[in-house]
Amino acid sequence: MKLTGSQVVAEVLLDHGVDTVFGYPGGTALNIYDELYKYSDRIRHILTAHEQGAAHAADGYARATGKTGVVLSTSGPGATNLVTGIATACMDSIPLVAITANVPDSLIGRDAFQEIYITGITLPITKHNYFVNKIEDLEPALRDAFRVANSGRKGPVLVDITKDVTSAMVEFTNKPPLELKPLPKVDKDDIADIVRIINNAEKPVAYIGGGCIASLACREVNELIEKADIPVVHTLMATGVLSCDNELNLGLVGMHGSVASNRAIDQADVIIALGSRFSDRVAQNPQKWARKARILQVDIDNSEINKNVMVEKNCVGDIKDFLIKALPYIDKAKHYEWHDKVVAWKSKERVVKASPDYMHPKEIMNKLSDMVDDETIFVTDVGQHQMWAAQYLKHKKPMKFITSGGLGTMGFGYGAAIGAKMGHPENRVIHITGDASFHMNLNEACTAVSNNLPIITIIINNRVLGMVYQWQTAFYGERYSNTCPERKTDFVKLADAFGAKGYRASTINEFEAVMKEALKSEGPVWIDCVIDREERVLPFIPGGKTVEEIIVD
Amino acid sequence: MYKPLRKEIVSVLVLNQANVLTRVVSNFGRRGFNIDSLTVSATNDPDLSRITIVFNATEQSMQQIITQTEKLEVVKSIFILNRENSLYRELLLLKVNATEKERTSIKEIVDIYRGKIVDLSRESMIIELTGTPEKIDGFMEVISAHDVVEVCRTGITGIESNARNAKKN
Repeated sequence: MKLTGSQVVAEVLLDHGVDTVFGYPGGTALNIYDELYKYSDRIRHILTAHEQGAAHAADGYARATGKTGVVLSTSGPGATNLVTGIATACMDSIPLVAITANVPDSLIGRDAFQEIYITGITLPITKHNYFVNKIEDLEPALRDAFRVANSGRKGPVLVDITKDVTSAMVEFTNKPPLELKPLPKVDKDDIADIVRIINNAEKPVAYIGGGCIASLACREVNELIEKADIPVVHTLMATGVLSCDNELNLGLVGMHGSVASNRAIDQADVIIALGSRFSDRVAQNPQKWARKARILQVDIDNSEINKNVMVEKNCVGDIKDFLIKALPYIDKAKHYEWHDKVVAWKSKERVVKASPDYMHPKEIMNKLSDMVDDETIFVTDVGQHQMWAAQYLKHKKPMKFITSGGLGTMGFGYGAAIGAKMGHPENRVIHITGDASFHMNLNEACTAVSNNLPIITIIINNRVLGMVYQWQTAFYGERYSNTCPERKTDFVKLADAFGAKGYRASTINEFEAVMKEALKSEGPVWIDCVIDREERVLPFIPGGKTVEEIIVD
Repeated sequence: MYKPLRKEIVSVLVLNQANVLTRVVSNFGRRGFNIDSLTVSATNDPDLSRITIVFNATEQSMQQIITQTEKLEVVKSIFILNRENSLYRELLLLKVNATEKERTSIKEIVDIYRGKIVDLSRESMIIELTGTPEKIDGFMEVISAHDVVEVCRTGITGIESNARNAKKN
């Protein structure tokens, strides 16, 4: 059948099972939006306040569901507003397809109104991108975009379409999605070598990252560690792969990781890195990190091998594929001495002093966890609250903690929470933010209100730019340059102005009371949680240092 | 663990499309590699182009840039052109001021290097020379005794003498 370019966009989305897209219309996107109007029974379009919010929403949708997130925008500023969102997805390997409209081909290169060279701008932050100025290239580009976004290590792809293409006619037939690029073949010898080293380990540690979630290998990871009695440390991106109830889960590793995790890395004789990339927030000093260990690495991306830390043995492949093949050869083991040692480290966790008239962030996180079920999805922004959420929430399941790991994007949270809620309407979604992060993109409150999304936003409010403030306290002689903005924003009133519900809590009892109310609400709720600005994220290993220099209080 | 920098030459087979050079070069740029020379040319396959890149790297960083470049959708294959089993060639065009008196001695040098004088005016001449980079370097060294005004070098292009690496897929 003959279709217009805009119909091709809609049909290819349907071919890929896309029923939800996030975006914002504009001049060059008019044809596409006109078609979305006609397809509204099959494709739901969520209009955000700002394109950045739409990109984060598509990202949050992908993280919560494992499906591809789709974001749509117009040319020029619409396209540039996506950039932070695309970069966020790129750093965390999230499958995202961004579709941007551009000016008609006849105007390309003439600095036309709202013209921008978005394929150039997004070149280093996408896996690949396409500039489509011929109708016959449109369908192949769109189909390829979904294939590339989901093949191997996942990531964002952008398709830029000139306006004339969106109205041009072309022959079209519906087809299933293209086959993904085959996974790298796991090498038998690599498996044998790695298994042998694991079987001979006395003090093993598994260092797991976001790759375990991307490869849906959580069950296999759990099998491995149970079978071989391997303590586990996780990156921010792998939060929830192991339940917090699991004794072998030592918690977050790295800069704000637990003492137990960082000590275990330091003392281990074998480290098995699964889908993790030895980032500077984990292997802060690559020369001294895991100094006693033989390091093994399994990753789907060949370029991650030996990038930051040199490893003894590696296997390039999908984590799940690797584990399924390796597990039968892994010996059942008990490392009594090592096990007891690391678990003892774990028990010396930080105790915070409870007070009736003061609320510690840890208490908020604990209380939050206790008041919701295990299916609840937590979405964070970036900064101190993010670390407290990672450290103190009781994580039970994977894909239930959504956070900007690699790029550390303040303002990520609200959009991502909206995306997560659209992807999983049956799950409770809680957005944890700080007063500074929230100020960046709180405009998305209007989106939550318009769509009647019962997202609870917990604002950990210390009235400062907490994480930077903490560094200034520790390393800059308490010279608080531009971290104490003296804002007078009243979040309770502001929530009301947006048509949401706002509460404030200064003590844990107040928090519990308003949280009970919030859980009953059918629309968005904000809870402004007032905490002390001197509250720090601990433990803390300063940049470039090792566990020797860990600050615990 | 870190080996000193050495000059490396890689050959990249890429799809023959717009923007491909930018993608490859930008990848080098953002990983902090400074490119010494670069040539792009058509191949016998109209769908593919070849990019030859000369740059400095340590062994570890070499591995990194190769695996990072391999990931690009437009890259079909990338491989190191080893000195041992590859041929390198470079073309030089050089303009030198030469009065009538100097012509003979310059011609003598050009002949020894089996170059060609391709343009001649009353004050200057243009010399064309093809060869390995070392040969060009050697010629440059000798000719520099004269008044060299302009130099153009194409950068290295190279080929494996045994074509087993020519295609990845």
